[in-house]
Amino acid sequence: MTKLLEVQNLKTYFFTDRGVATAVDDVSFSLDAGKTLCIVGESGCGKSVTALSIMRLIPEPPGRIVGGRIFFEGTDLLTLSENRMRSIRGNKISMIFQEPMTSLNPVFRVGDQIAEVLELHENMKGPEAMDRAVELLRMVGIPSPESRIKDYPHQMSGGMRQRVMIAMALACNPKLIIADEPTTALDVTIQAQILELMDELSRTTGTAILLITHDLGVVAETAQHVVVMYAGRVVEEAPVKQLFHDPLHPYTRGLMRSIPSMSDDQRRRLEAIPGVVPSLLALPVGCKFNDRCRHAFDRCRAEEPPLTAPKDGHSVRCWLFH
Amino acid sequence: MAHIGNGSELVILEQVKKHYPVTGGVFRRQVGAVKAVDGVSLAIHRGETLGLVGESGCGKSTLGRLILRLERPTAGKILYDGRDILALSRDEMRPLRRKMQIIFQDPYSSLNPRQNVGRIIGEGLVIHKVGTEQERLDRVRHLMNVVGLRPEHINRYPHEFSGGQRQRIGIARALALQPELIICDEPVSALDVSIQAQVINLLMDLQEEFHLTYLFVSHDLSVVRHISDRVAVMYLGRIVELADKAELYRNPLHPYTQALLEAAPIADPDRKKQRQGLTGDLPSPLNPPSGCHFHTRCPKAMEQCRHAAPRLKENGDRHWIRCFLYGDEVDETLG
Repeated sequence: MTKLLEVQNLKTYFFTDRGVATAVDDVSFSLDAGKTLCIVGESGCGKSVTALSIMRLIPEPPGRIVGGRIFFEGTDLLTLSENRMRSIRGNKISMIFQEPMTSLNPVFRVGDQIAEVLELHENMKGPEAMDRAVELLRMVGIPSPESRIKDYPHQMSGGMRQRVMIAMALACNPKLIIADEPTTALDVTIQAQILELMDELSRTTGTAILLITHDLGVVAETAQHVVVMYAGRVVEEAPVKQLFHDPLHPYTRGLMRSIPSMSDDQRRRLEAIPGVVPSLLALPVGCKFNDRCRHAFDRCRAEEPPLTAPKDGHSVRCWLFH
Repeated sequence: MAHIGNGSELVILEQVKKHYPVTGGVFRRQVGAVKAVDGVSLAIHRGETLGLVGESGCGKSTLGRLILRLERPTAGKILYDGRDILALSRDEMRPLRRKMQIIFQDPYSSLNPRQNVGRIIGEGLVIHKVGTEQERLDRVRHLMNVVGLRPEHINRYPHEFSGGQRQRIGIARALALQPELIICDEPVSALDVSIQAQVINLLMDLQEEFHLTYLFVSHDLSVVRHISDRVAVMYLGRIVELADKAELYRNPLHPYTQALLEAAPIADPDRKKQRQGLTGDLPSPLNPPSGCHFHTRCPKAMEQCRHAAPRLKENGDRHWIRCFLYGDEVDETLG
């Protein structure tokens, strides 16, 4: 069976005056229909650039996809014309961003914005598209959708706007939804509602979800499979339970230890990862994590480790497991 | 109030209200009020960390600003070390200002980009005319060392630092005048996970070293659990629950606290998700629901919750709760 999405050796670089930033460097992963894959990492690790590369939305220049393939339903998206790509975007693959206020158009009513997607991709006419927009808003749990479709984005709360974004993303029954930090700007009670909604949608419609987040709690609650990124590389990849039970990479372990526990009342020190996330323009030689890693030895400072799979379905980029 | 008054309090708030008028119409008449803080009584004990949690718009940041007298309350009393700070003149207030400082959420917008780090950290020393220029410089270098910055970077500008380092600059600035109380307003929310832990550790070390008292305002329940001694939960301007940390997390009484704890994502894929979850959004503070503000989203709401606000009362040892499920007393001070 072919995978719904298969990213192979993706390289997206940014060519700046101060040098080349290897934002995404040799990243591979795949995703099946109906599943949720989380890409987790800190700011600048390349998780959002990976998402934008799949959508072919990298601003060019300064960015450019310099290598790799992105197979979606067996077709390499990187070989498609801009026209063909446009018919896939918002139709078969749709995207949800972190801040719904900046991704909705403030001067159009939300109903018209959803209807526009339907008119463009599904050849629906005005009233028919409006009816479907109402139906979609009801599906994402917006109360009295018949009147809310006449709202402008500013008349809605943050949680409501994110629901509108999800409704819009669902408009064409996409095969894949890419959600880039979809709940980061929301309060926890609203975040729980949105995550629940996305989970329900993927179970009922078979839509695959690529969820990008920095929050390990969100990962644990949504993903079946997890990719951990650091400085543009995949450093670890595993099924979610395996990753949390037996994290291998020192970076993944560090991340897990640095979040305060919800079941521990001791005021102990957290085990922080020392140092800072490195600049993509000045990455260390060898393993990109070596300057913050307490296990680093000479080889780590000389040579970058390859991604290997010491266990079935669990891969890691670290000399400790080589 | 029994949770007020055993002598160890640094700050006492009594029935503090902050209402922002909302005007409308041609004559800009007042048509309503946002009750950002609505009758809060609270004590912060010397040397403790009081966590203050709640969702956006619940008034938790406004409460911090009121304590610092950056805003004046509409009603109520605020005592700092036994003195009514609202009765003090500007001149009388000045020595007190040295004792209370604030650390902000966003390390990018809370530092002046045109000032170098030495000036930013030392500004309070200059304003309060502390020491000679050389002494001030030495103090700034010492502070940089204390918060984990390299003193030789004293002439650098904020943009040359990472987010975590900038938050350290903000912390050094807050420490410069040897304060007693620091209001930490979401101090780690904008930082990466691996950097958050560094800053939390730093705040805890500094508290021990300098005997600081913290009001730690945050929406992140796990961070608050980690750093606090006691935790207060706020909803639309009112404290709905207050207890020692261990008690609050083990035995949350208020349906809102229970919902918050349930909604917080936990990094354990084996945990059974038993989210019944809250329905609906946080209501607008401009037009909050009658009675108990939470009744519109509360799974256990009763008829009386719609009409009257429950009183904050002690239910068990040092566990304060504002909910009719635990008694019928009405809070007459709330309209």
